[in-house]
Amino acid sequence: MNKTRVYGRTVGGLRSLSLQAPAVTLLLLWMLVPLGMTLWFSFQRYNLLMPGMSGFAGLENYEYLLTDPALWSAMGNTLLLVGWVLIITVVGGTLLAVLFQQEFLGRGVARVLAISPFFVMPTVSALVWKNMMMHPANGVLAWLANLFGLPAVDWFSSLPLTSIIIIVAWQWLPFALLILLTAIQSLDDDQVEAARMDGAGPIAVFFFITLPHLKRAISVVIMIEMIFLLTIFAEIFVTTSGGPGLATTNLAYLIYIQALLDFDVGTASAGGVIAIILANIVAIFLVRLVAKNLES
Amino acid sequence: MKLSRTLPVAGIAALGAGAANAETITVATVNNNDMVIMQSLTDAFEKAHPDITLDWVVLEENVLRQRMTTDIATKGGQFDVMTIGTYEVPIWAERDWLAPLNDLPEEYQVDDLLTSVRDGLSQDGTLHALPFYGESSMMYYRQDMFDQAGIEVPEQPTWEEVRDWASQLHNPGEETYGICLRGKPGWGENMALVSTMVNTFGGRWFDMQWNPQLDAAAWQEAVSFYVDLLNEYGPPGASSNGFNENLALFSRGNCAMWVDATSAAGKLYDTGESQVADKLGFAPAPIAETPKGSHWLWSWALAIPASSDSKAAAKEFITWATSQEYIELVGEQKGWTSVPPGTRESTYANENYQQAAPFAGFVLEAMQSADPTDSTLEPSPYVGVQFVGIPEFQSIGTQVGQMIAAALTGERTVEQALQAAQRSTKRTMQRAGYLD
Amino acid sequence: MTTPRYKRFLLAVLAWSIAFVIFFPILWMALTGFKTEAAAIADPSLFFSPTFESYVAVHARADYLKFALNSVVVAFGSTLFALLIAIPSAYSMAFLPTPRTKGTLLWMLSTKMLPPVGVLMPIYLLFRDAGLLDTRTGLVIVYTLMNLPIVVWMLYTFFKDLPRDILEAGRMDGASTFQEVRHLLLPLTLPGIASTGLLAVILSWNEAFWSLNLTSSDAAPLTAYIASFSSPEGLFWAKLSAASTMAIAPILVFGWLTQKQMVRGLTFGAVK
Repeated sequence: MNKTRVYGRTVGGLRSLSLQAPAVTLLLLWMLVPLGMTLWFSFQRYNLLMPGMSGFAGLENYEYLLTDPALWSAMGNTLLLVGWVLIITVVGGTLLAVLFQQEFLGRGVARVLAISPFFVMPTVSALVWKNMMMHPANGVLAWLANLFGLPAVDWFSSLPLTSIIIIVAWQWLPFALLILLTAIQSLDDDQVEAARMDGAGPIAVFFFITLPHLKRAISVVIMIEMIFLLTIFAEIFVTTSGGPGLATTNLAYLIYIQALLDFDVGTASAGGVIAIILANIVAIFLVRLVAKNLES
Repeated sequence: MKLSRTLPVAGIAALGAGAANAETITVATVNNNDMVIMQSLTDAFEKAHPDITLDWVVLEENVLRQRMTTDIATKGGQFDVMTIGTYEVPIWAERDWLAPLNDLPEEYQVDDLLTSVRDGLSQDGTLHALPFYGESSMMYYRQDMFDQAGIEVPEQPTWEEVRDWASQLHNPGEETYGICLRGKPGWGENMALVSTMVNTFGGRWFDMQWNPQLDAAAWQEAVSFYVDLLNEYGPPGASSNGFNENLALFSRGNCAMWVDATSAAGKLYDTGESQVADKLGFAPAPIAETPKGSHWLWSWALAIPASSDSKAAAKEFITWATSQEYIELVGEQKGWTSVPPGTRESTYANENYQQAAPFAGFVLEAMQSADPTDSTLEPSPYVGVQFVGIPEFQSIGTQVGQMIAAALTGERTVEQALQAAQRSTKRTMQRAGYLD
Repeated sequence: MTTPRYKRFLLAVLAWSIAFVIFFPILWMALTGFKTEAAAIADPSLFFSPTFESYVAVHARADYLKFALNSVVVAFGSTLFALLIAIPSAYSMAFLPTPRTKGTLLWMLSTKMLPPVGVLMPIYLLFRDAGLLDTRTGLVIVYTLMNLPIVVWMLYTFFKDLPRDILEAGRMDGASTFQEVRHLLLPLTLPGIASTGLLAVILSWNEAFWSLNLTSSDAAPLTAYIASFSSPEGLFWAKLSAASTMAIAPILVFGWLTQKQMVRGLTFGAVK
C-alpha cells in the first residue's frame, strides 16, 4: 500500500546496529551456549540414570530417534495440531476482533472476558476441560447433550486429537484476538467511511479494507503461535498422555518420553536438534507466505 | 544460597537470641494427602527440634520426580530430603546417590517396619530410605448393590467371577457401571493394574535373558480380558481414567466395583468426600491362573540425597516422620483413619486404628503377601510386582500403556497393540544393552 | 457514524454471548472453587451452597503471598527488561531497515524453536555452576531471553503500522531521535506496547517448565503453587480450582488495566 521509502539516514546502518546490538548479542549468547551444548550432548552417550555410561556416540542417538516407528505419526500429529489450531484461531480471532471493535455496552468487560482463557496456565485449563467440561459422565458438555436428548460424547477416547485441538484453540484464540484487536485500532476510520460512502457493504469493507490492514498482524500471530504450538505438551500430558495408542503423541511428547522418563540426555538432545530443523523447515514455508507482509 | 540464608540468623544469634544456628533443611515431597498432613505438623517437629527449620517443596508426583532426578543426577544439592518410591530407591541407591541409613537409633525400632516394605527400600541389606506410607491393591465393591443382587463375595474372588458380577450390576441407563478400572496410559497408571493382571494370568514382562514377553499368550489373554471387561461393563471414557478419575466415579456411586490402591480406602470412608462411605465392601484383588503377583506393592519413602550438606538434620527429620511416635501424633490430632498406613506392624496392632479402619487387617495381609522378588508364575530376572525395577521401565511402561489404551478404545486390536508394544520394548532394551 | 439502535443491541447480544461462551470454563472453575470436593464431582448444577472450605484448605497449605510475590517480580521484571532491550531494537528494524533486518528478525524467532526439554540439562548445569538455581534473578534472565524474540517481533509490527507522516512531520520539525521516540513513537504505539507487555507478562506468568525445574522454594512462583495442588492422590478439583482462581486473579486485573490502554488507541484516528 505504501510506497517504499528509504528511512535510514546517512548513518542509518551504524545507528541501527548499535540499537539492535543488545537484543542480538543476548539472543546470540542465549542461543549459542545451550544450542552448542545440546549439539554436543546429541553426539554423546549420556543418560542421567547411567552415570557409568559415557563417551562419543556418533550418530547413534539420531539413528535411534529417526528409526522410531512413532516418529512419523508424531510428526503428522504435530502438523495436524498446529494446522487446525492456526486455522481456528486466525479465522475466529479476525472475526472476533472485528466484532469486539464495534461499540457496544460493556465492551471493555466483554473484551477482558474473551481474552481471559489466555491467562490460565495450560495444565489448569487442560484439567478444567478434561474433568469439568468434556468428562463423559459429569462434564458440562455431557450434561448439555443430555438436556437435548443426545448421547454424551466420549471426547478423549473417540476424538482424542480433536479434543486436544479444541482445548488448545480455546487457549490461543484469545491471543489472536488480543493482537488483532490491537492492530485493528490503527485502522483508518476515514478510509472505512469513504468506502461506505462509495456504497461498500460491511462484507466488502471487511475483505478490502480490514483484512489487508490486518495482514501483517495476522502473519505475526501465525508465526508466534506456530512456535508455541509446535511444542504443545502440558495439554497432552494431562489429558491423554499421548494415547490412545499414538493418536495424540506429538514431537514434544515423544521427546519428553526420552528426556524426562528415560532421562536419556543424548537422545533428548538429538530430538531437540531434529525439532529445531523441522521447525525451521516449517518456518521457511510460512515465511514464504508471509514475508511479503514484512516488507511493505 | 544456604549460606546467605543462615548468615543473618547467625548474626542475630550472636546478639544473644535463643534459637542459635537453626539449620534449614529443604524437604521435597508429593502433594498426596498423607504428606500434606506431615507438612501441617511442621510446628510439632520444630518445637521438638529447635535447631532445625523445615522448608517445604510440595509438588505433584510427575513434576516432583523429574525435578528430583535432574537435581540428584547433576548433584545440584537443592534438597536435603526427597520423597521417592519403591521403584527409585534401589536404582538410586545402586548409583550411590542416596545416603545409607545404617545406624538408626534404638527407639526407631527398625524391626517394627513391615518386612516386605523394608526389603523394597534396601540395597545390599542396608536401608536407603525410610517408609512413609505403603499400599497394595484390592477390590472395592458396593455392598448395597451386591446384597440387592444376592451376590456373595468369596474370600478370594477371581477375575472370571468379577466379570460375571459386572454383567449383573452394569446399568448404564442409571449411570452405574459394572466395574471401574484404570485406563489412562502411564507406567504408574494403567500399567500398574495391567501388570498385576498379567502376573495373575501367568505372564511376565521379561524372561531370564531379558527378552520381552509381551507377545506371549498370557499377555494376550490378560489384556483381552481387561479390554473386554472395561468395554462391556466399564464407564464411558475409561481410557482416560486414572486413579483420581476412578476415585471420583466410585465416590459418586457410579461404579459397582473398583480394583485399585489400598490407600483409597481411607478416602472412600471419608463421608466428606465420598457418598458411598456406608455402603462399602472390600475383597482381595481378583486372581486368575495364579495368586502370584495379583496385587501390587508400593511405598513412598523419605531418603537423603548424598549431595545434601545437612545430612544429620535431615536424618533427624526422616526418623521423626516415619516413627511410631509420628503415627500416634497424626492419630490423635487428625483422626486414626488419616494415619499413614502400610509401614509399621505396630500401627496394625493399635486398637484405635483397628476400630477406625475396618480394612486395616486386610490391607496388612495384602502388603505382607505381596512379594516383589517372586511375583510371576515363571521365573523373571527383575524385582517389582507392578513395575520392573530397571531405569528403562518408566518409558517402556508408558509406551506399552499407550498401546493398551489404544486397544481399549478399539483404535487397534489387542493383538496389534501387543505386537507394537513388543517391538517398542525390544527396541528400548536393545538400545540399553540388555539384548544384542 | 450512526448505526440503528436495534442493530447495536443485536451486536451487543452477539458479542456478549461469545464472550460468555469463551469465558465459561473459567467461570465454572471459579465456581468450583466454592464447592466441596464431593459437590465438585457431582452433576453440573448452578445451585449449590457455596463454601470457603477449599480456600481455607489451600490457604493453610501454602503461603500464597510468597508465591504471588515471586510471580509478580519475575513476570514484571522480565517484561520490563525485555521491553527495554526490544524497543530500540524494534525501532531500528522498523525505521532504519538494512538488508539484514528481515534475516535478523527471522533468526531471532528461530531461537524460540529450541524445545525446552532438549536444553534442560545444559541450562541446569550452567545455573548450578553460576549459583542461579532457585533465585529470582535466574528466572528473570531466562524469561527475558525467552520472551525477547516475541517482544521484538510484536513491537516491530506495531511500529511498522504507524502512520509515517506523523514521524516525518516530527523530523521536519527537527526532533531528535530521542524526542521522536519519547514524544511521538511511544504515545502513538502505547496500545501496541501495552498488549506486547501484557503478552510477555502472561507468558512469564504461566510458564511452567523453567519455573518448576529451576526453582525449589525461595524463588518458586505461582506455577509451583498450582503444581502443589494439581493431581494428588484423591479428590482435588475444588482445591485446584480455588488455587487456580487465586493464581489468575492478579493477572486478570492487570489484563483489565492494560485493556484500557488498548482502548485509548481509539483516539488515535482523531489525532490523525
